Amino acid sequence: MSVAEADFTYISDLVGEKSAIRLRPEKNYLVEARLLPLVKDLGMASIGDLVVSLRLKKDRTLEAKVVEAMTTNETSWFRDNHPFEALKKGIIPELLQRNVVRHSIRIWSAASSTGQELLSIAMLLDTSFDLTGWKVDLFGTDLSSEVVAKARTGHYSGLEVNRGLPVTLLVRYFERAGRDYVANEALRSMVRFDQMNLIGPWTVRGPVDVVFLRNVLIYFDIDVKRRILEQLHSVIAPGGYLVLGASETTLGIVDCYEPVTLAGSLVHRKKER
Amino acid sequence: MHALIVDDSRAMRSILRKIVTNLGYTTEEAGDGAEAIAAIELGPAPDICLIDWNMPVMNGLELVTAVRARPEWRNITLMMVTTESEHGQIVRALAAGAHEYVIKPFTPDAIVDKLSLLGLLPEGAHA
Repeated sequence: MSVAEADFTYISDLVGEKSAIRLRPEKNYLVEARLLPLVKDLGMASIGDLVVSLRLKKDRTLEAKVVEAMTTNETSWFRDNHPFEALKKGIIPELLQRNVVRHSIRIWSAASSTGQELLSIAMLLDTSFDLTGWKVDLFGTDLSSEVVAKARTGHYSGLEVNRGLPVTLLVRYFERAGRDYVANEALRSMVRFDQMNLIGPWTVRGPVDVVFLRNVLIYFDIDVKRRILEQLHSVIAPGGYLVLGASETTLGIVDCYEPVTLAGSLVHRKKER
Repeated sequence: MHALIVDDSRAMRSILRKIVTNLGYTTEEAGDGAEAIAAIELGPAPDICLIDWNMPVMNGLELVTAVRARPEWRNITLMMVTTESEHGQIVRALAAGAHEYVIKPFTPDAIVDKLSLLGLLPEGAHA
């Protein structure tokens, strides 16, 4: 069974409009996999029924539920690639010069989900730079204690390691654990994960050199976005960077960041006040 | 972009064909390593071969070794798509000259992600 073309188009337009995530036609399977549980929860018979309800716009929360089902936990290794190129070619070389006195680098994955983003950063630093003698603090936080617990185990299924992890890194940093793969001790010792809600009290203290906060702000209204961006500004080190999702911006929300393009990727540099 | 899909399962070839044609690839198919060699010799040379491991006549590892032995085929990217998921097997495939590796079962995104890593996503296609 697959999702009818007209239904797929409706869902894909809705998700595109609300999250700026574009669903290609081959994501038909994903629409089915993500929305069938929701269809069942709502006591509906099919995705067709769900689309009919969406079109009637009787229940405003339904759109949000669909968008959330389609966009959450969409995580892969080196996701979107560009920010990692910016890190490798622009940000880290700059930090190695700027932080030469304190000899430390701190990077925060502020919606770390099951850990792929932070582990990708750890592997990138380990394979591309000689950081002998440097204190490197790579930490992730997430709202969900469940995903934090999973991230801490370093266990990933075959399906998960398939998602964008270069095979040379799979061989170098992962071991087989039954049918799964587990990050080896060397890789796991480079990172730490903790539970933290971005809209609750923060346990993270500055200075942080780089914050990755991708595809998270889209879920918040403008006041919450502003509060989070202001609070991030207070923990980011002078000249430090904020990396947002490809469709996200600080423009029109706060003016304490300056958009800069590094290695073809747009990142946001902290402006001093 | 042109892909050669090498798998003895017609169903698997069909799944892979749909994924890469959706991205804008043209495709060709072979049921084993020997058929793949014949297809490459006949041309046009593929940009990438998606290669199963366990096949009759000539298996995927033998195919990778055979392709890498031909200097005129050095620009062909080789990606294993296989149930062989043991560390040692992956290392063997890489040592023989495979560039990337997808473990079955996989989602279509896995193929797209790997093509993106390899710089082999046709223009207009996005990971």
